[in-house]
Amino acid sequence: MSIEGGATGQTMRMTGNWTMRHGRTVETLMEQAASAEQPLTLDFSAITAFDTLGALALSRLRLDRQTAGRPTAFAGMSRSHEILLAEAKVQPGTETPHKAASSVDILVDIGKGMSGIGRDFTGGISFLGGFVAALGRMIVQPSRFRWPAIVKQIEMFGFRSVPIIALISFLVGGIIAQQSVFQLSTFGTTAFVADLLGVLILRELGVLLTAIMIAGRSGSAITAEIGSMKMREEIDALRTMGLDPMEVLIVPRILALVICMPMLTFIASMSGLFGGGLVAWIYGDVSPDVFLTRLQSAVRINTFMVGMIKAPVMALVIGVIASIEGMAVKGSAESLGTQTTASVVKAIFMVIVVDGLFAMFFASIRY
Amino acid sequence: MAGSNGSRETVIEVRDLAVGFGDRLVNDGLSLDVYRGEILGVVGASGTGKSVLMRTIVGLLPKRRGSIHVFGQDMETLSEKERQNIEKRWGILFQQGALFSSLTVKQNIQLPMREHLDLSDAMLDGLARMKIDMVGLKADAADKFPSELSGGMIKRAALARALALDPEIVFLDEPTSGLDPIGAGDFDALTATLQKTLGLTVFMVTHDLDSLGTICDRIVALGEGKVLASGDMDAMVATSHPWLKAYFTGPRAHRTFASP
Repeated sequence: MSIEGGATGQTMRMTGNWTMRHGRTVETLMEQAASAEQPLTLDFSAITAFDTLGALALSRLRLDRQTAGRPTAFAGMSRSHEILLAEAKVQPGTETPHKAASSVDILVDIGKGMSGIGRDFTGGISFLGGFVAALGRMIVQPSRFRWPAIVKQIEMFGFRSVPIIALISFLVGGIIAQQSVFQLSTFGTTAFVADLLGVLILRELGVLLTAIMIAGRSGSAITAEIGSMKMREEIDALRTMGLDPMEVLIVPRILALVICMPMLTFIASMSGLFGGGLVAWIYGDVSPDVFLTRLQSAVRINTFMVGMIKAPVMALVIGVIASIEGMAVKGSAESLGTQTTASVVKAIFMVIVVDGLFAMFFASIRY
Repeated sequence: MAGSNGSRETVIEVRDLAVGFGDRLVNDGLSLDVYRGEILGVVGASGTGKSVLMRTIVGLLPKRRGSIHVFGQDMETLSEKERQNIEKRWGILFQQGALFSSLTVKQNIQLPMREHLDLSDAMLDGLARMKIDMVGLKADAADKFPSELSGGMIKRAALARALALDPEIVFLDEPTSGLDPIGAGDFDALTATLQKTLGLTVFMVTHDLDSLGTICDRIVALGEGKVLASGDMDAMVATSHPWLKAYFTGPRAHRTFASP
């Protein structure tokens, strides 16, 4: 493709394909033609293919030359060329200029982030209030409990999480036992591995591992599920049918989590102790007899209860955060992704914060 | 553009096509030609495989039997590269628009251009604005996200994206469903104008009797997995198949065609 006969001005013959596939070439040719000083006539008759890009480029050329006071004429146009050129006639473009980032913007972002944290906090409290109110209504009127939904969610969140939670706790228990045996062997007190494992797993690790796994596995599922329902106006549909999304969707999920979490924590703790005991036996030569005896003397019922008391609270934290983030999803697929990420990150963070608060609380009441 | 000299050029040729789900065949022994430059309307009762036919032609569904030729090339034997070249020559308007929700209208239109062509940013912006203008959207729609658009605007924006690469064939899946009668009429007029402007071949799946009557050059009626009848509106009205008879001469049809 080319423009021929441009040297002396007057008429230029265009040949070849003036189409999108050859966009760059068209643009270079247009730049050359735009700089020609003398009046110009462009001849269309030898063009083989012409599309919206060709039309746009030529109409821009004509406009550019017009503003520079250089007349341009088109000749040899077919009907379809004319129609396309007419379509391209619009728009001397108004582009919104990109603003450069400044230090003020950074401060603005920080400010927005901080006020966002505040809003998250008050939003969380008000959501919790809504949850408790809905729960209260359902307790007064037990027929409003959706047992099938709760049972289904228990299967999804609880039963189906058992293998992965048991496996991870087993492995972590084993790793801690290995490290403990290794460090304690310096003092010749490898049998105390049972004390370490018992307290650590029952008080902290069992519930923390479970909560983190559930935040990643079930929290993200809740956010994605509620979020995509929000996106497709299913939540609005529920509201217009006189159904409260809190009662129909959120209470069953959070209740299911609250019911499952202690059970999963128990499984995680037992599995962790089993893994630890196994490693202590094989790697540290601590026989099961010795391990169990030490465990019995080191662990009291309240050691076990500390973990179990924390479990439903963790479930509530995860469920509330996941539901809030799900309800915050807007129209786009991108926002679904953002909120799901936020749900998991916030839930894990809050689980650890709450665990810290519990540690302080139990220490101060000497439990 | 060849094909105007007497015999028309066939751009899509479907022969003895069978497509099914499970043990049920939706299309069974379907043969169909689409000629260059025509607006073809595909009708049929719900579940007769109109959308399935469209999705099979563009390669979204696998076929059980038969052959599909597009631009004279057998879709089955194409290499990845040749297939892509054909895909650049058609545009598809999905029933729900299928705009990418995290991109603005402008970015949606520019996506195929960015992926397949080498163009400057100024040219990309100009082309996107031109397409937006061509489908009758206001310029300020360019920077809106799909969730901020009305149903009619979504259809128009999706059509603009289907036209992004100046395709030769445009597939429209129920383009006027969900639009009000006036909006649907506008959309029909738009389709006809664009077809003339860009020399498009339009393959339109529709239920809309108005579209069929006003802009379609030829109508193909599907049923029982095959083409029941094809021809213009008169041929459809003259048909003896009970469903077609009910469809083209029923009360809704009378309302459409009785008024001048």
